[in-house]
Amino acid sequence: MAKPMEQITRQELETGAVVVEVGNSVQYETGSWRSERPVVDKEKCIKCMFCWLYCPEGCIRQAEEGHFEADLTYCKGCGICAEECPVKCITMVIEEK
Amino acid sequence: MAKTRKGVEVSIAIAEAVRQADVDVVAAYPITPQTHIVEHLSELVADGELDAEFVPVDSEHSAMSVCCGSAAVGARTFTSTSAQGLALMSEIYFIAAAMRLPMVMALANRSLSSPLSIWNDHSDIMMVRDAGWICIFVENGQETYDNILCAFRMAENPEVMLPVAVNLDGFILTHMIEPILYEDDDLVRSYLPWKPMKNALHPDRPVSMGCFGMPEIYTEAQMNREMGVRNSYPHILDAWEEWGRLTGRHYRPVETYRCEDAEYCIVTMGSYGETAMEVVDMLREEGEKVGVIKIRLWRPFPLEEFRKAALGRKCLIVMDRAITFGGNQGGPVATELRSALYGMDGAPSIVNYVAGLAGRDVSRKDFRNIILEGKAKAAKGEVDGFTLYGLRG
Repeated sequence: MAKPMEQITRQELETGAVVVEVGNSVQYETGSWRSERPVVDKEKCIKCMFCWLYCPEGCIRQAEEGHFEADLTYCKGCGICAEECPVKCITMVIEEK
Repeated sequence: MAKTRKGVEVSIAIAEAVRQADVDVVAAYPITPQTHIVEHLSELVADGELDAEFVPVDSEHSAMSVCCGSAAVGARTFTSTSAQGLALMSEIYFIAAAMRLPMVMALANRSLSSPLSIWNDHSDIMMVRDAGWICIFVENGQETYDNILCAFRMAENPEVMLPVAVNLDGFILTHMIEPILYEDDDLVRSYLPWKPMKNALHPDRPVSMGCFGMPEIYTEAQMNREMGVRNSYPHILDAWEEWGRLTGRHYRPVETYRCEDAEYCIVTMGSYGETAMEVVDMLREEGEKVGVIKIRLWRPFPLEEFRKAALGRKCLIVMDRAITFGGNQGGPVATELRSALYGMDGAPSIVNYVAGLAGRDVSRKDFRNIILEGKAKAAKGEVDGFTLYGLRG
């Protein structure tokens, strides 16, 4: 998505709406969908990577301190990581402004 | 194979055409009256006469899915089905057109259930009328053989990139034994050169096909789909023209027979055309000024060619092999043609007959009745709706 989707003309689409620019989903910041965000208790995290494995968005990374946490630019707040965490170190906290 | 004339079942001639086209993948599920086509293809592959992947799938839904995958890598792809098989395919059938995946289907037209029927009418293709496939109708075995080959050239043209359905009336054509003029293998090869497909799936050049389309982009994608079918028209003509140049057998989107001074015409699509021509010959001898207009290309609809053939006549008697239930207008062909002529100067009135449902025979005598009765109805202004010919009660 070199430009916002609502500005793309039909002539700019490839035949059959094939997307030739691979990996462009990183330009789609799905974090704005979120109503709850995962908050990790770094002390309790055993670095088992279950959250990394289960995250449907693929947005969980290892932080420098060694624990795992979600990239909030993309995290949709689905809560699967919190559900799957075997030591329950992830809490879903309501987003409030 | 060198150029030969051979008496064969039309289904076998289709399979031989597919062999000559040297397809890479055939994926199909057996269903009457299409079965002999893919049955013979499986034999050709097993006997080593056709170097292709024959994928014996578990359903028509899978058959069309395999065809999409195969076409997406740029492989030459063929399938065949009928009625319920097409219904089961329909989800992926639409996707094949939307994703602009070239492939050829021999559609042995058969009635949709229920009542369960294995015989011929056009309810199957009309169910998927608006999918965006190129749709051709043929009248006899030779036309079927020729158009299967032409269809590959149309589909794979880089300016077209669309699936093509060659419609042939189930049993009436599929099971007919007819003398077929097979062209030379080399001629077919030169008519159908392999061309690399733009944006074909390949590990070195990754692309994404069939992506999610938000409301912001879906409209643009749909207009491209419409323009894709519309813009295929000149290339369809080119494919037929080149075939005509090579073989002497010419095809047009709309064909006319004895129409020069015809005051009224019978309009047919598919195998009806053959009988209609014979009956028109008989009526001409009796002094009736009647001709036949045959719709060969159903999608993209040849609007200008049809208008040229129709305008100035007194009336058209339009034959349908399907009902648009509850439409209150007539069969799908008649409603299309009425719409094409609406409000135009010199537009003929249209009288519509639906006949031949589930393979019920429509003989020369029936055509004669239909033409003469239709002409009388037009003269009396009885031109609304449709008549279900031969209906008891």
